[in-house]
Amino acid sequence: MELLLLILIGVFYATGIFMMLRRSMVKLLIGIILLGNGANLLIFLLGGITRGKPPIIPEAEKALTGAYADPVPQALILTAIVISFGLQSFAIVLLKRVHVLIQSDDLNDLNTPDTSI
Amino acid sequence: MTDQYLLLPVLGHLTIAIALIFCWRRILVQQIISVAGNLLVLIMSIALFHKTWHQGHLTLQAGNWQAPFGITFVSDTFSATMLLLTAFTGLAVSMYSTVGISKNRIQYGYFPILHFLLVGLNGAFLAGDIFNLYVWFEVIIISSFVLMTLGGKKPQVEGGIKYVTLNLLASVMFLTAIAILYGLTGSLNMADLSLKMSGVSNRGLADIAGLLFFIGFGIKSAVFPLYFWLPSSYHTPPSAVAAVFGGLLTKVGIYALIRVYTLIFIPDDFTRTVFLIIASLTLLTGALGALIKENMRTLFSYLIVCHIGYLLGGLGLYTHLALAGTIFYLVHDVIVKTNLFLITGLVNKIRGTMNTEQQGGLYDQYPRLSILMAIVLFSLVGIPPLSGFWPKINLFRESMAYHAWYLLVAMILASFVTLFVIARLWGNVFWKKAPALESSPPDSFAGLSKGRKFMLVTPVVMLVLLSLYIGFFAERINVLSDRIAHELLDPAPYIKSVLGPDAVPATQTR
Repeated sequence: MELLLLILIGVFYATGIFMMLRRSMVKLLIGIILLGNGANLLIFLLGGITRGKPPIIPEAEKALTGAYADPVPQALILTAIVISFGLQSFAIVLLKRVHVLIQSDDLNDLNTPDTSI
Repeated sequence: MTDQYLLLPVLGHLTIAIALIFCWRRILVQQIISVAGNLLVLIMSIALFHKTWHQGHLTLQAGNWQAPFGITFVSDTFSATMLLLTAFTGLAVSMYSTVGISKNRIQYGYFPILHFLLVGLNGAFLAGDIFNLYVWFEVIIISSFVLMTLGGKKPQVEGGIKYVTLNLLASVMFLTAIAILYGLTGSLNMADLSLKMSGVSNRGLADIAGLLFFIGFGIKSAVFPLYFWLPSSYHTPPSAVAAVFGGLLTKVGIYALIRVYTLIFIPDDFTRTVFLIIASLTLLTGALGALIKENMRTLFSYLIVCHIGYLLGGLGLYTHLALAGTIFYLVHDVIVKTNLFLITGLVNKIRGTMNTEQQGGLYDQYPRLSILMAIVLFSLVGIPPLSGFWPKINLFRESMAYHAWYLLVAMILASFVTLFVIARLWGNVFWKKAPALESSPPDSFAGLSKGRKFMLVTPVVMLVLLSLYIGFFAERINVLSDRIAHELLDPAPYIKSVLGPDAVPATQTR
C-alpha cells in the first residue's frame, strides 16, 4: 500500500510540475491542482497508515492500547483540501477573466504589466 | 504565562471585517468603521506589546487543549513588535484608502478584504503551531489575491496570474515541508518540534524539509531566483494596496523564515553559506533592476527585492549582533516601504503618471509635501541620523567578523545603488522643471477638499514621524532588537512557556 501511494505521489508531483511549466493557462491550473493533491497524499502517507484500528477508546478501558490510526493527518488534509478548493475556484475565475480580456490561452501574451513601463 | 486576551488583535480585525460586510454598499459607514477599528486594534496591539515586554512570553492554548495537542498561540517580543508594526501600517493604509481607493472598489468590498488580510497577518505573527501558520498564510494570500485583482483592469489581472501562481506554488512547498516534518517527529507544535528535531536520526530528510521551508518562504519574501513575480505585479494594484503588500507581505515571509530557522532548524555551515550567497545575489539583482526602471512603483518593487537581501544576510550570519541588526532593519523597512508606496500614490494623484521622466517641478509646486517625501526617501537610503543607517552598522560589522566579504561588498553596492536611484528620482520628480507635454494630465490632488487632503497626507506624516523616531531614538529600538535577538537565539524560555517549566532538559543547552 505504501509503495503504491509513494508512486502515486511521485506521479502527481512530476505531472503537476510538468503541467505548470507549459505555456497554456488551463494546463497551469491543472498543474496546481495535481500538486495540491500530491501534497495532501504525502501528509496521509507520512502520518503512517494503520488499517482497521480507529483511535476510539473502548468503553471498558481508560486509554488507547497498542497501535492505532493517527487522526491528525486526516484533519490536516481536510483543512488543506478546503483551502485549496477555495484557492482553485478563485484561480479558475481569474483565468476566465484574463481569457476574456486578452483572448488567448498563452501565458506569453501576459505582457501588459511589463511593457507598459 | 497564559493570557486570555492574546488573540484580541486578531478577533478585533475579524469582527470589523464581518461588521463591514453588513454595510456592503454604504461607503461612508465603511470608511468610518475601518479607520475607527484600526485605531482600536492599534490600542490593543500597544497593550499586548506592553504586557509582553513586562511579563515575558504570553501563551494561549486554544480550547484549553494542552500543548502539544492543541493549537497554541504565543506572543514573544518578536511577535508583539510585528503586531505593533502591522497595526500602524493598517491604520495608515486604511486612512489613506478612504480617499485613495475609488468608490467602485469600495463598493465591491475593498475594506472587508483589507481587514481579512490584517486578520491573517496578525494570526501568522501569533501562531505557535506550524500548521496553524500555514492556515494563516492561506488567509493572507487569498485576501491578497482579491486585493490584487479587485477592479479587474487588464494589467492588474495579468500581474495577478503571476502572483497567484507563484504563491500557490509556495503554499504547496510549505505543505510538503510540513508533511515531512510531521512524518519525522509526529508533532506540529513549534516548541515541541524544537525539542524533537534534535532527536531525529534521519538528518538528510530533516535538511530537505528545512530547504523546502526556505523555498516556500523564499518565494513569498521574494529572494534571488524566486522574485520575478514581484516586480511584474506590485505596480498594478492601487497605491494603498501596494503599500500594505510592500510593507508587510514580503516581511511575513522573512518573519516565518527567521522563526523556523531559529526555533526548529538550526542552520549549519552549509545552510548559512547558502543564505549568504542568496542574500548577496538578491541585493545585487534587486539593485541592478532598480537602476533601469523609470516607473516609480516598479523601481520601488525592485528596491523591496534588494532590501530583502539585508534581512536574509543577517539571518545567514546567525550571530547575536547580526540578528539584532536584521530585526532593526525589519522594523525600519516595514514603516518606510509602506510610506514609500503611499507617497507614490500622492505623486500619481498630482501628476497623473508614475513615469519619472514625465514628471518634474514638484518642489516648486508643493514645497512642504516635498520635504515630507524627502525624509521618507532618505530614510530608505540610510543617510545617518535617519532610520536606515543604524541596522547596517551591525550587519556590516558582523559580515566582516564572519569574513563574508562577498556579502559585505553586495551590501555596500546595494546601499550605493539605492542612494543613486533615489538621488536620480529626487532630481527627476522634484527639482527638474516640469517637461512641456502636449496633454499633461490634470492635477487631481489640488482639487480635493481640505478634509480629503488631510486623510491623504496624515498617514504619510504619521509614518514619517515613526521613522524619525526610529532614527533619532535608535538606542531604544536597539534595546528592543537586542532583546528579540537574545530570545531568538535562546529558545528555552519560549519552549518553557508553551510546554511548561519542566519541558526543557537541563542538559540541552544550545
